[in-house]
Amino acid sequence: MNEAVSLSYLISGVCFILALRGLASPETARHGNLFGIFGMALAIVTTLFLVEISSFGWIALAIGVGGGIGALVARKIHMTALPQLVAAFHSLVGLAAVLVASAAFLNPSAYGIGQVGGIHLSSLVEMGLGVAIGAITFTGSLVAFAKLQGLVSGKPLVFNFQHQFNLALGILIVLSIIVLVLTQASFAYWTVVAASLMLGFLLILPIGGADMPVVISMLNSYSGWAAAATGFTLENPLLIITGALVGASGAILSYIMCKGMNRSIFNVILGGFGSDGSTAAASASNDRPVKAGSADDAAFILKNASSVVIVPGYGMAVAQAQHALREMADILKKEGVTVRYAIHPVAGRMPGHMNVLLAEANVPYDDVLELEEINRDFGQTDVAFVIGANDVTNPAAHNDPKSPIYGMPVLDVEKAKTVLFVKRSLASGYAGVENELFYRDNTMMLFGDAKVMCENIVKALEA
Amino acid sequence: MALNDVISGLNTLATDQQKLADFAAELAKLAQGIGNQGTVSAGHGFFITGLTVFILACFVGYYVVWRVTPALHSPLMAVTNAVSSVIIVGALLAAGPLEMTSSKVMGLVAVGLASINIFGGFIVTGRMLAMYKKKANAKEKAKK
Repeated sequence: MNEAVSLSYLISGVCFILALRGLASPETARHGNLFGIFGMALAIVTTLFLVEISSFGWIALAIGVGGGIGALVARKIHMTALPQLVAAFHSLVGLAAVLVASAAFLNPSAYGIGQVGGIHLSSLVEMGLGVAIGAITFTGSLVAFAKLQGLVSGKPLVFNFQHQFNLALGILIVLSIIVLVLTQASFAYWTVVAASLMLGFLLILPIGGADMPVVISMLNSYSGWAAAATGFTLENPLLIITGALVGASGAILSYIMCKGMNRSIFNVILGGFGSDGSTAAASASNDRPVKAGSADDAAFILKNASSVVIVPGYGMAVAQAQHALREMADILKKEGVTVRYAIHPVAGRMPGHMNVLLAEANVPYDDVLELEEINRDFGQTDVAFVIGANDVTNPAAHNDPKSPIYGMPVLDVEKAKTVLFVKRSLASGYAGVENELFYRDNTMMLFGDAKVMCENIVKALEA
Repeated sequence: MALNDVISGLNTLATDQQKLADFAAELAKLAQGIGNQGTVSAGHGFFITGLTVFILACFVGYYVVWRVTPALHSPLMAVTNAVSSVIIVGALLAAGPLEMTSSKVMGLVAVGLASINIFGGFIVTGRMLAMYKKKANAKEKAKK
């Protein structure tokens, strides 16, 4: 690799760091994105013109077709479908990593890492790791995509000896990599590929819908590690830098999401949450009286409040209620009510999901607060308006050590004078835990679709 | 008689030549081995360099990502996803040779997939970031 190439790869790497650095605030983030685009363009142009590439026609075609599809999808996609889009994109990175590693295995001389049957040992180790991580990312993300898109049930799928089987697959992958390194045998290579594809599929299958924020972050991290491993194989520092950045980013997001649920990453990966035992306790207390209200009641309460905190959850995204909700908040603001939004770290199906949806509905981002920023204010809040969220408000996390969600940080909505719950039914949330807030005196349930309910409240407010 | 001498002489010459050729081949193999060792140790050298780069980049990533505001975690995922498609560099190398081999086809497919990600990832990040507005800006927008 000559010096000009190394230098421009270095510049690309720095651009990528600046792209992430920009995300520290929404103001600088837009410049950051431009840095990212510049870095990527520089990396591609450098590779095309400074490294020995002779087949431009086909490459132009591949970039044109791929880029066209990507641009089209990215422009058309609805913001509510963002999580599945990200999952689909992760799967593509994984598949690309598998293809690149396989191409290097079949034609190592193109990368200067030896000949067929005589690939350098260190490259083989990294190749094995890279292809395994890539393959797991690929099928794992496909399953995540199918779950988010609703193609398969979001419920955890569990079968007997699942963990033992996965463990066996993991051992098979490690052994195959060892055989690959020792013998350079292609059957060992393809065994790694096949076993990893299967493992990725089986790892994500048992994980339920509300754990998707963790899963997506984890797969994000994997796609980074796969790129880094490919960088080691191809002896390319840019891939290593970028892979490490992405890997670290995904890992941190996974950590934040796990902390938001008070669960360890192993607990999430091993899956099956919400399918054990807790359902019996939930059905026992179903006959307790609840106070149900209409849109008119809600409008009256909201209008007479001086401060309102809105707590959105996945239900808002499903009902696409963010625009109607913002309209409601605007009217309240005109009446002199302070309206703010409280976001739980794991609300929605990916990190920051609710923030994007609210931003889409033109809610200014300085009205949108994180859990730690707003939790103390609920005591001075007149109305907590919970829309499509459930488990993240459940006081059982504070006071019921037996509850599966005990210890999870929650939004203390019960401290507000009145709690309005927009929900379709009294059904328990994802964790399968009854929310005793529903039965409290200061709670009013607003049964119905989140969007329709907001629209009706708007009508009642305007009347 | 003379003819026989010539023939046997030619025969010994031929076997000598064969021996010489074998020796040359052996030498070539040896040389290749040495050459391979050279590159292997060079590869080893790269491994340490690569590891240095990798660990430092992990630290940079760690500190940079912790400073990302939680409100922008979705754009963070989208942009890291776009950026990790830098794997296209590897795909381009595989797709580079003129000869149409299975390795080249794989490279081309990988180029296509990574391109979907690059264009899609950056565009969707841009779309998201364009939506985040501060209070004053949002009001201005509403007035317009």
